[in-house]
Amino acid sequence: MDDLYREVIIEHYKNPSHKGHLEPHDISFEDSNPLCGDHIEITLRTDASGHIADARFDGRGCAISQASADLLVESIIGKPLEEVKKLNKEYILDMLGIELGPVRLKCALLSLKVLKAGIYGLGQASDDLVE
Amino acid sequence: MLNVNEIRKVFPILQRETQPGTRLVYLDSTATSQKPLAVLNAMENYYRSSNANIHRGVHTLAEEATTLYEQAREKIARFINAPSARQIIYTRNTTESINLVAYTWARANLKAGELVILTEMEHHSNLVPWQMLQMERGLELDFIPVTEDGLLDLDAYKALLSRSPKLVSFTHMSNVLGTINPAGEIIRLAHSVGAVALVDAAQSVPHLKVDVQALDADFLAFSAHKMCGPTGIGALYGRTELLESMPPFLGGGDMIKEVHLRSFRANTLPHKFEAGTPAIAEAVGFGAAVDYLSSLGMDNIAAHEHEITEYALERLEEVPGLKLFGPSADKKGGVAAFTFEGIHPHDVAQILDRDGIAIRAGHHCAQPLHEKFGIPATSRASFYLYNTKDEVDMLVNGIYKVREMFA
Repeated sequence: MDDLYREVIIEHYKNPSHKGHLEPHDISFEDSNPLCGDHIEITLRTDASGHIADARFDGRGCAISQASADLLVESIIGKPLEEVKKLNKEYILDMLGIELGPVRLKCALLSLKVLKAGIYGLGQASDDLVE
Repeated sequence: MLNVNEIRKVFPILQRETQPGTRLVYLDSTATSQKPLAVLNAMENYYRSSNANIHRGVHTLAEEATTLYEQAREKIARFINAPSARQIIYTRNTTESINLVAYTWARANLKAGELVILTEMEHHSNLVPWQMLQMERGLELDFIPVTEDGLLDLDAYKALLSRSPKLVSFTHMSNVLGTINPAGEIIRLAHSVGAVALVDAAQSVPHLKVDVQALDADFLAFSAHKMCGPTGIGALYGRTELLESMPPFLGGGDMIKEVHLRSFRANTLPHKFEAGTPAIAEAVGFGAAVDYLSSLGMDNIAAHEHEITEYALERLEEVPGLKLFGPSADKKGGVAAFTFEGIHPHDVAQILDRDGIAIRAGHHCAQPLHEKFGIPATSRASFYLYNTKDEVDMLVNGIYKVREMFA
């Protein structure tokens, strides 16, 4: 718990490196966390070989949700889409390097849910996408 | 005045630490209150010595359980000055009480195109049931606006009344702004155009003396868990003629007088609206909560909360970058909702939690109100009979710590 606001989280929250809206893009999706109003949009572009060429996130919300979105988007650039489809909860938690209770977990996982719902072309970013 | 030190001793949870050496500072009573020993003991005693299903049983335990269940109803009726205990319907909570009115009275009485007036400061529990009915029936919904300083715009309300609403359903006290609305006047104006008035009293009954006859309320809904009672039980007060004329709510045991294969006759009040085995132990706990609050005196409780709230608003206003929502202390109950210089409320709440300080963060089930003020969420500290000025100081110190972390 004492690590919750690790420097890396505060830093990515205050100075995100991949915040914005990518134009043109192949995939875009947005959703919000109904419990706390965190909102994330992810836009991304793929190259001919099915790798993610570039990606951005936009949104508002708590430090955990915004930092995890920034870290996630940064980390997927250059990865094949097929690999990104397999990312799960542990991937995010490893990046954040913290433990989270059930409420804050939803903040941390919102960006991954949005990303996967976008890649799969789903209408909704549901919880089972990140299990 | 209240002896808060003595009061704190009968709330066992207030003695706990959230981590070794960190005592709990509970500032989230607007979400749910803590429970005194009197309530915990009443429920445990019920299970230990009187547990049985109510009504129809003739054995000793069934008699005792029925008596305790119905005595609690009488206590609750006296607490809000209802003319009769038959006008108190047990429900699960305020939400279910409002839904009960929407499903029975409203479905029997409201037609397409007819107007229901709500307010912009409603909890989702007094919005969504009417939106659902709007979709089903084609009702009109309109809203009394909230002013910048967090009050209802009564002139706008008077203008809405010229459109002959059938129902005015409003919160007595906002769970975010803390605003105590002039319920008596709102009801009087509703009646002047022939509308029925429903009061969401979830936040007022726990904190103020509420008198349904003085208010002339047609319906009034509240929950036990916000007033020192258990979760899982609430109440709906209704005017007798209305309750008598309404169709039943859920069908099943206890709500019937007689049942045949193809027909039934509904039971009399209040049982007509209480199908199935109810929350008996919770009703007993609800009665004990009402006894406990009555023994302290609602006026004393309100005066104590006012003192704490006034102090809290004063201290919070001093914090640079902190913006409070809602009216001044004289117009509100023990709620302080705020935003803090771009730091998300969840982060504020999480950092305060490290010092054992429990506040709530989010839209507090009042998303439209937050949209109105152009913010996604607020942090909310709320105060009850067991809170102290020391705890307010700890809150303020904690907020300064949050500021340092994000500096």
